[in-house]
Amino acid sequence: MPSLTTLLTATRGRNRLDWTDWLSYAYLLLGLILMFGPVLWLVLSSFKSAAALNEFPPRLLPYGQRSVTVAGQDNPLPLYRAKLADGTMRELAEVRRIGIQSTLVDPKAPDQEFKVNIRDRAPVREFQVAFGNYTEIFEKFSFGTYLWNSVFITVVATLITLLFNAMAAFALSKYRFRGRDAVFLIIISTLMIPPTIILVPNFLVVSELGLLNSLWGVIWPAVATPTGVFLLRQYMLTIPDELIEAARMDHASEWRIFWRIILPLSAPALAVLAIFSVMWRWNDFLWPLIVLSRTEKFTLQLALNAFQGELTTQWHYLLAMTVITLLPITFVFSFLQRHITTGIAASGVK
Amino acid sequence: MSSARTRLVEFPATILAAVLNVLDAPMRAMQRVLGVPRIGWMFVAPNLAILGVFTFLPIVINFYFAFTGGVALYPSERPFTGLENLRTLFDCENFLDPSTCNKDLFWRAIYNTAEFALLQVGLMILFALVTALVLNRKILGRGFFRGVFFYPVLLSPVVVALIWKWVLQREGVLNAFLMGAGSSPVGWLSDASWAFFWCIFVSIWAHMGFYTLILLAGLQAIPADLYEAAAMDGATPWRRFYRITLPLLMPNLIVVLVLGLIRAVQIFDEVFVLTGGGPGSATTFIVQFIYQTGFAEAIHQYGLAAAASLVLAASLLVLTLAQLRLTRRNLAGRTGRDNA
Repeated sequence: MPSLTTLLTATRGRNRLDWTDWLSYAYLLLGLILMFGPVLWLVLSSFKSAAALNEFPPRLLPYGQRSVTVAGQDNPLPLYRAKLADGTMRELAEVRRIGIQSTLVDPKAPDQEFKVNIRDRAPVREFQVAFGNYTEIFEKFSFGTYLWNSVFITVVATLITLLFNAMAAFALSKYRFRGRDAVFLIIISTLMIPPTIILVPNFLVVSELGLLNSLWGVIWPAVATPTGVFLLRQYMLTIPDELIEAARMDHASEWRIFWRIILPLSAPALAVLAIFSVMWRWNDFLWPLIVLSRTEKFTLQLALNAFQGELTTQWHYLLAMTVITLLPITFVFSFLQRHITTGIAASGVK
Repeated sequence: MSSARTRLVEFPATILAAVLNVLDAPMRAMQRVLGVPRIGWMFVAPNLAILGVFTFLPIVINFYFAFTGGVALYPSERPFTGLENLRTLFDCENFLDPSTCNKDLFWRAIYNTAEFALLQVGLMILFALVTALVLNRKILGRGFFRGVFFYPVLLSPVVVALIWKWVLQREGVLNAFLMGAGSSPVGWLSDASWAFFWCIFVSIWAHMGFYTLILLAGLQAIPADLYEAAAMDGATPWRRFYRITLPLLMPNLIVVLVLGLIRAVQIFDEVFVLTGGGPGSATTFIVQFIYQTGFAEAIHQYGLAAAASLVLAASLLVLTLAQLRLTRRNLAGRTGRDNA
């Protein structure tokens, strides 16, 4: 047996695993459970039917009651394992239930009825995935509208953010006009003015502009990000000025230089800002909550908040909506993890 | 497959190129008028205009709201009341006891926010530091585990709150475990102390990965030969941590501390969805007070909300100035030590 432990604890080019390594792995395992466990539980639960969600204690995997079609009945009937008066156990389908008495029939011979106390019957369960949660939220609620509102805000705000911030960054990194440093300082200083401290006046501005209950009321205040200008400017400073000089020799206009030379060369920085912007706008909550009060203008986040606040929360729908809301971010993350983490570590912003 | 993919990219690209092409003529005209360096103003104009309308103008208007009363939104219909709003907020017999205050919810929110910020940031930095130290070791799957701790950072606050609400509700999985272990279920979100605890826990869960990354970057910047030299001199691991890691990581720790405090003071989204500020006012924080006073209650008291915003802004200003001071001193200290 010692040979097996040596094999298991061997490491490449180093001493054996000592107790600090074991402690590290134990910590990471605990972290894995704590970080991913709740998300996994949410995803698993979202595939359960309303009845399965009501079960306590809950099961790990989605199970539902099996139902059978019985001749002479319009709807499929729920199947039970019932203990009959003579003590035998049989799998029977429930026709109706009055008070504590349940009327059951044999699915193969539906003519004979059995009457059983409801305590003497237990549902027959099978593995059932309730995809219905996902389709019904589009049919029963205007989930499609919320999804579209969120996508519209995210895509349009990100495109405008990229264009405006890149223009400003270009001017601040490649021109020497009077007042340039003051402009840069003004833009950067807004980093210290979080939106939470100007909610009331911003509400006035947006309503004066007629943008209340308009998706543009969420988009416009968000597009001039100081973070984006800073990030792009730092990147554009590394682009050699000779390229611009050469283009001027060829009589290219300044605007053409901007979008034909500078924009394509800044693609890596633009990609980082695009990821940030998508994340910011998709996850926005407080400002949309104030600007968008009509349900048909709700974003996904607002819809989730509204549904969870209802008196009787329909968790089977809410869970499916939550999963759809976290899906795009998870998708982006799993492909671009390295870019996102190095981008954040390098710039220190989020 | 590849042609479909290029078409998918090319289509928006053509539209974008068309839009940008259309802009070329007016920009060319502006260039003729302004000349080359001054055309830069045209490039910064859109950004400055947006910041002017949605950031600088509101800062001015916020003061106007704070010093006027009434329930009207339009400035011309608001009577000037001077310091009345601030006086209402600070109308207290005993500042340490919110129930003696005119606006007791405001003071509860302030004390809740202070308690939350200190506990949340302190614990979060502790866990972020431990995690960064572990991730900085030679371990298998380092990238994977870094991703695991970072993943919740990207989730929206509403989703984060719903994930945990689903776990913590009365018939949730946590209570199922408890009952399986033989104890009785706990109202995690209906008991005031537990609700406060879970607000701290959930917000640490959601934001820790970001701070772990910053600390990890700091750890990786510490030269390895320092540790080798210390080991050669027979320094114990604890001593190496205390005399090398901690001092060299101090600039990062200060950045993380102030960033964390600035965020924690503005806590709203997750808590609002998780507890709604309750039970009672146990988890009502300052931004929620502003939101409720200004927008959610039947009578919109914009003046009071704006005055409370000023109090929040003042505390953020103090934190920002502290950050500038601390980072400057630290940079000076570092260059002094490096002799560079």
